[in-house]
Amino acid sequence: MIYSEKVLDHFTNPRNVGELPDANAIGEMGNAKCGDIMKIYMKIENNIIENVSFKTFGCGAAIATSSMATELIKGKSIEEALQLTNKAVVEALDGLPPVKVHCSVLAEQSIKAAIADYYTRLGIDPTPIVGVIDECDACHDHGCCHEE
Amino acid sequence: MSRFVYADNAATTRIADEVLKEMMPFLTENYGNASSLYSLGVVSSKAIIKARQQVADAIHAEPGEIIFTGGGSEADNWLKPIARSLAKKGKKHIITSCIEHHALLHSMARLEKEGFTVTYLGVDSEGFVSPQEFKQAITPQTGLASIMFANNEIGTLQPILEIGQICRENGILFHTDAVQAVGHVPVDVKALGVDFLSMSAHKFHGPKGVGAFFCRRGLPLDNLLDGGAQERGKRAGTENVAGIVGMGKAIELACASMEENTKKLAAMQGRLIDGILSSVPLSRLNGSRSHRLPGNVNISFLGVEGEALLLRMDLAGIMASSGSACASASLDPSHVLLAIGLKHEVAHGSVRLSLSDYNTQEDVDYILETLPAIVKTLRDMSPLWEEIVKEQA
Repeated sequence: MIYSEKVLDHFTNPRNVGELPDANAIGEMGNAKCGDIMKIYMKIENNIIENVSFKTFGCGAAIATSSMATELIKGKSIEEALQLTNKAVVEALDGLPPVKVHCSVLAEQSIKAAIADYYTRLGIDPTPIVGVIDECDACHDHGCCHEE
Repeated sequence: MSRFVYADNAATTRIADEVLKEMMPFLTENYGNASSLYSLGVVSSKAIIKARQQVADAIHAEPGEIIFTGGGSEADNWLKPIARSLAKKGKKHIITSCIEHHALLHSMARLEKEGFTVTYLGVDSEGFVSPQEFKQAITPQTGLASIMFANNEIGTLQPILEIGQICRENGILFHTDAVQAVGHVPVDVKALGVDFLSMSAHKFHGPKGVGAFFCRRGLPLDNLLDGGAQERGKRAGTENVAGIVGMGKAIELACASMEENTKKLAAMQGRLIDGILSSVPLSRLNGSRSHRLPGNVNISFLGVEGEALLLRMDLAGIMASSGSACASASLDPSHVLLAIGLKHEVAHGSVRLSLSDYNTQEDVDYILETLPAIVKTLRDMSPLWEEIVKEQA
């Protein structure tokens, strides 16, 4: 398995790691059984993601994608953050090995889950804005999220 | 990088200097084909005869019972033609364990597709196959059984003597994958009564791409590779002379220093296990403490994922391996760790350190100094660890 220098950089020196005490949006995706859990904390003010951080249980790619995804949405509007695709995260990291692409899906979904949490806290139904957050395809195909 | 510690000797080992020296002439001036009559060929032929004796001596076999192969996986694949020829006698049931190497498990899966019935025995929490359960799995159709000598991930040494005994009493041919054992623990095919055995040179400081298959004298054996008359026609193809010579030398050296190495490795292994378990909270040893390959350490760290651990260890100069799914091409964690009853999330957080006689106590010191901090760093960024800490409190 060969990781790009960018992946190794974000893995070795992850940006925005830790909890955010004043977070008003928290999203968590993945499960321990699959080996990946990503938790995203956001402080949203006036529609802008003022601050963002993460905690991740997972492989090098999962940690690197969390770090890169938080960098890409920091200071951005909610709409911009919702448009972040896993592909954009992969590109920003100069690529991921094929078996690791699902980690980037997890990053995209965790961000959406955090924004959905933000709206839910405000008493607004997030589904029309954020959409339905699907389980990651890798888990789905593999069935590891369902099997016992 | 402050230090280079190679602790993945169960994956592969470095070639011993003496072994390389022995091989070199056969990679340079002694390039003759061992099947040729002229003197250059005879040099190769004699070298193979010597190596076959060295390999035979190491496992208390006769030279005529040793067939050189392209490695351990290839040797394990011999079970397919063996099973197919047993099927002609109505013996279409095979007993094995669920913690075998994939070379064995995938060979079994192919046989199942061809209509064989395979019983995969489970193991207990330390990774042992139960001879009692083995006995109970026998049916009138059972013709073949295969139980590994020592497990590659958790190092558990199986009760091969007892299982071999049961096989003999029931007329079952018995194979053992001894790839991890040969050169590390005493292996005596006569005393154990095994019929077939697989081994691989690069696990004991020999070269990669060469192994051997032991087939007890008098047993019929179908060819693995059809072609020329090499290896009595059983495994055709111009011999890998340098590799075979290297294997012979490596196995001789490994057996000559086994007692001394075992003492040294057991001391390092003990310090590593005790040191890690005492300095890292919520860590557990996988496998047996007493019936274990010397040099094998396999530990699970709750709340962290193995591949991330390996990458951090690599940055610190420590080479190891993991049972995590994420460190492999599949998404499944190690089948061995699941078989001993670990939950998926615990199996994901496991690391195997496997030492050889090239490691030193300083290597152990360095691992013990470095690893706890790496685990802590990853736990600090793990949302799972938060929950584990809460549960503990």
